[in-house]
Amino acid sequence: MGKTLFQKIWDAHSVGILPDGRTQMFIATHFLHEVTSPQAFGMVRDLGLAVRHPERTFATVDHIIPTDNQAEPFADATADAMIRELRRNCAENGIRFFDLPTGLQGIVHMVGPELGITQPGMTIVCGDSHTATHGAFGSIAMGIGTTQVRDVLATQTLALSPLKVRRINVNGKLAPGVRAKDVALHIIGLLGAKGGLGFAYEYGGDVIDAMSMDERMTLCNMSIEGAARCGYVNPDMTTVEYIKGRLFAPEGADWDKAVERWLGFASDADAEYDEVVEIDGASIEPTVTWGISPDQNTGISGATPDPASARDADERKMIGEALEYMKFPPGMSLKGLPVQVCFVGSCTNGRISDFREVAALIKGRHVAPGIRALAVPGSQMTARQCEEEGIADIFREAGFEWRLAGCSMCLAMNPDKLQGDQLCASSSNRNFKGRQGSPTGRTLLMSPAMVAAAALTGKVSDAREVFSMN
Amino acid sequence: MSLTKFTSITGSCVPVPGPDMDTDRIIPSRFLKCITFDELANVMFWDERFDENGKSKSHPVDDPRFRGASIILGGANFGCGSSREHAPQTIRRSGIKAVIAESFAEIFFGNSTGIGLPCVCASAEDIAALSRYVSEHPETEITIDLEAMTASWPDGSIPIRMPAEAREALTRGRWDSIAELLVNMDAVEKKNAELPQVSASC
Repeated sequence: MGKTLFQKIWDAHSVGILPDGRTQMFIATHFLHEVTSPQAFGMVRDLGLAVRHPERTFATVDHIIPTDNQAEPFADATADAMIRELRRNCAENGIRFFDLPTGLQGIVHMVGPELGITQPGMTIVCGDSHTATHGAFGSIAMGIGTTQVRDVLATQTLALSPLKVRRINVNGKLAPGVRAKDVALHIIGLLGAKGGLGFAYEYGGDVIDAMSMDERMTLCNMSIEGAARCGYVNPDMTTVEYIKGRLFAPEGADWDKAVERWLGFASDADAEYDEVVEIDGASIEPTVTWGISPDQNTGISGATPDPASARDADERKMIGEALEYMKFPPGMSLKGLPVQVCFVGSCTNGRISDFREVAALIKGRHVAPGIRALAVPGSQMTARQCEEEGIADIFREAGFEWRLAGCSMCLAMNPDKLQGDQLCASSSNRNFKGRQGSPTGRTLLMSPAMVAAAALTGKVSDAREVFSMN
Repeated sequence: MSLTKFTSITGSCVPVPGPDMDTDRIIPSRFLKCITFDELANVMFWDERFDENGKSKSHPVDDPRFRGASIILGGANFGCGSSREHAPQTIRRSGIKAVIAESFAEIFFGNSTGIGLPCVCASAEDIAALSRYVSEHPETEITIDLEAMTASWPDGSIPIRMPAEAREALTRGRWDSIAELLVNMDAVEKKNAELPQVSASC
């Protein structure tokens, strides 16, 4: 019987079985950022240990950096202390740090792929749940906590238990105007926010095969929103073409050898899965969240649910709590709902293809009066590309604030925050209570095209109608 | 390194009901601006407990009946969302010794086990019944027995569940995995030599 990619990578990286029964797993690539690493470096120091494999470790700064003015010291003294701490830890331990002056800084889940560090067949970890993004390349990529960051720094290994694998086939063809983000939200809505507990998600089928790497990253990024600790797409020629020529890509004879090895990690045709889910791509609409968990979503033609229609007590409680927090009545149509803020960015949708698409849609038009619209490229490389291609100017002329690279209003650890109970059309990944920086702020997750439609009309709109997509 | 062997945990309970208790609710992102975990005591569930003016929202954690509680009773998918270890850190540093919930998000569960905060599962019905009981008798001490796999109190007992590896790690005082990971460094180096390593082309 064949093996899944998950099993192949697991076997290739397994060092042995620990006394408690868990597997000691070798970590091929470890990414660090400023929020979840300082305590880990402190623990390594306290134990009298050293960073074992700095050459397998890469750092950048993303969560806390301001996106308007990055002159140092930062106005926020704690944020400033955090970047200095990461700088010190990387310098002391010989870790490559894609710092602000390098021109390569950005959201950690954009930097790895853009530089070609993220490659198929790897175990990849980072103290950040959206590490699942890197699974788009055919890797086991997962978020870990700070004590585990310590473990990887000190031993280049982790104690892990295997996951089951759920194959999610999205077949057929997506309708015009339906994007990878809609596919991700649709899957989470279908399987639930806790549906992926204990599973890795393997995404496949016609729709996934046809996706670009940027789209696959959007999809894998949100695996954790459905409780799957990692999600992946089998490596194919789309993967290979993306990596070719990037800064850390193999070259010459090494390249051919690497490609052969990478493609060999793809799940075998006769691989057995713990579960298989079939989804008809044509059934997916542009999708919008209405609640406080990413599975609380609906196609744009839908409405908020009635708690009375819930399947069980938990769902009834969640719907009730969500509608109360969001200040929405049951049965309210999402379309036409006025928003106050629009955000394009994040590790979910802050890539070059996202900005290219939105620029093409908003060119020559203007953000609706009274709307605060924020465009935050995920990395310095993407920001540069946007300047060179004239994309940044299109956003500025349309009335967007064009910002510097970082996580920004996805989780608002920097000054980019919602005020009061503002409603935000957001291309990010979480609509949790208070997520965007105001304890009463409200988030509607959607694709960048849908955010563009909301920005121009000032309300939740169907991008297909606003931009005549058909 | 000698670690606590968690064979049983005893304390009174505070119900924090509802499914999908995400990490942003357990600890809002602004509290993540820190370079140590030292300041995280007592900020757990902050925005659930206080409004923007600091006025209490009467969260169970602040209910005088549950003062001094050291076991949280939670719902399904407890700790979902971010990988921030700040979430279990603030819970533990706020005096909580264990969490009983219907299920846990995996990263949260792993983070909790790794810092010696046992997380055990029980059925929705049992947790609901226990929550009702402790609401009426808040002073009741519950004992989580990780050998018998029960949570019991003078009037009753419910079965609890936990993955075998985590149970083994907690009851044998091996929950901090660093010591075991360091044992096999020769095998680790062999694996390192076997596996490709990326390097920059310039």
